[in-house]
Amino acid sequence: MLAEPSIALSLRGVSCTFANKDDPSQRYTAVRDVDLRVGAGEFVSVVGPTGCGKSTLLNVAAGLLAPSSGSIQVFGAPLQGINRRAGYMFQAESLMPWRTARQNVMAGLEFRAVGDAAAQADEWLKRVGLGGFGNRYPHQLSGGMRKRVSLAQTLVLDPDIILMDEPFSALDIQTRQLMENEVLALWAEKKKAVLFITHDLDEAIAMSDRVVCLSAGPGSHPIGEFTIDIARPRDVAEVRATKRFVELHTAIWSVLREEVLKGYQQQLAA
Amino acid sequence: MKHLHFWQAGLLVSIFVIWHVLTKPGLIPPFMFENDQQAAFFFGEPLKIFGRIWSWFAVNADIYQHLWVTLVETVLAFGIGTVLGLACGLWLALSPMAAAITDPYIKALNSMPRVILAPIFAVWFGLGIASKVALGVTLVFFIVFFNVYQGVKEVSPVVLANARMLGATQRQLLRHVYLPSATSWVFSSLHTSVGLAFVGAVVGEYLGSSRGVGYLILQAEGAFDINTVMAGILVLTLFALLLDAAVGWIERRLMKWQPKTGDTEKL
Repeated sequence: MLAEPSIALSLRGVSCTFANKDDPSQRYTAVRDVDLRVGAGEFVSVVGPTGCGKSTLLNVAAGLLAPSSGSIQVFGAPLQGINRRAGYMFQAESLMPWRTARQNVMAGLEFRAVGDAAAQADEWLKRVGLGGFGNRYPHQLSGGMRKRVSLAQTLVLDPDIILMDEPFSALDIQTRQLMENEVLALWAEKKKAVLFITHDLDEAIAMSDRVVCLSAGPGSHPIGEFTIDIARPRDVAEVRATKRFVELHTAIWSVLREEVLKGYQQQLAA
Repeated sequence: MKHLHFWQAGLLVSIFVIWHVLTKPGLIPPFMFENDQQAAFFFGEPLKIFGRIWSWFAVNADIYQHLWVTLVETVLAFGIGTVLGLACGLWLALSPMAAAITDPYIKALNSMPRVILAPIFAVWFGLGIASKVALGVTLVFFIVFFNVYQGVKEVSPVVLANARMLGATQRQLLRHVYLPSATSWVFSSLHTSVGLAFVGAVVGEYLGSSRGVGYLILQAEGAFDINTVMAGILVLTLFALLLDAAVGWIERRLMKWQPKTGDTEKL
């Protein structure tokens, strides 16, 4: 039907066990037997209690971390090394502090020896609302602006898969909703596959086509999957008040609540 | 501080005034020594010291060849030591196996009092510039090396992962992530190492040479000419300050990206 398989990213039976370097008998299985599929152009969110291995899954999908077992396929081809078709937006500060905003956005193009890197970078800076800030260094920008630069840095490469690890968790609620709407608008334009990690259920429902719930760690695995059938385009602030949103929230939260409590108890016990 | 420079200069002037009063024969009665010539003999007299410096730079103009030699030795030692330290630091930080094998030897070399190598270098490289440069290099190398090593180890793993996701090859990671990240550590070490390059040059000259400021000081010492020794020390100090300022200037140009804490302006 399609020239390329319509599954952009597929994780099959992925488990990740970490061994303590000083004491090999101490092992920790972050995720166990995870099956996860993201269709081309689909926006999938993964929610779960804190410390359940969400970021581990994303690192596996990015090719930064090799799973202990299981396989990853990217558009039907097995993944080896770094996932070249994916862009990754990190939770922590990931900009190179010695490069200006423009040079940061250019970085990926520069590594690929693309000719008009500066022009493309400027265009993307304008798109994320930072047209006049190209010459600023990251420390001269606010947290929200740095996230925009990160977003431009990822999207300028036009990746087929976008991986996002709680990208807005450090932002205040107003900036956050602005950024969420911007991401949705950009996504609607290009319809890329998105794997979005968050601990915020509201954010997950407001933005996604599908929400996957993970159980509490260790050995997290998906325990529920919900299709979000709210019409697009959505405004992340307004959509929260709709009836369907509340229904979905209640349904997902009933699955998630127990796991969140379990995760919290484990943290208290540790 | 409004009058900072004024007070700094004032402190310097008052030190020289006190020095002058305490050493000038016949100015005040001797209270430490038996006669009023001895204080001047042991500590020198500021006016004569300045006279000496004046004649070096203006009247006889004979210090320039010596200064030039010392400066060339310092700059060569500094340059070679920094490049070697940078290269070895990067290499060992990026290949854990080589680092593990060489670790005890590097520690041993670093804890060895390296000034003691000066006579060996004099035998190997002769009494010219090369032996002084070699001594300076051994002093500079380890400081830069350890700082680069540390700098590479402390590269933010997120920035590194991000650069890899953006498609950087191993070589590009080195050029665009490891090197810039290590430079801030390197610059903090360069202030120390430029001083040590100078130490290497002067000590080398002092131990055996036919030119250089260290040689001048050695000659004067042989003749018990304390004024010339002091003049040499002052000239060396001034040039060490100039070299440090040069490093600071380069640092400010290259490290523009580093955040500086700004004070709010009082209106």
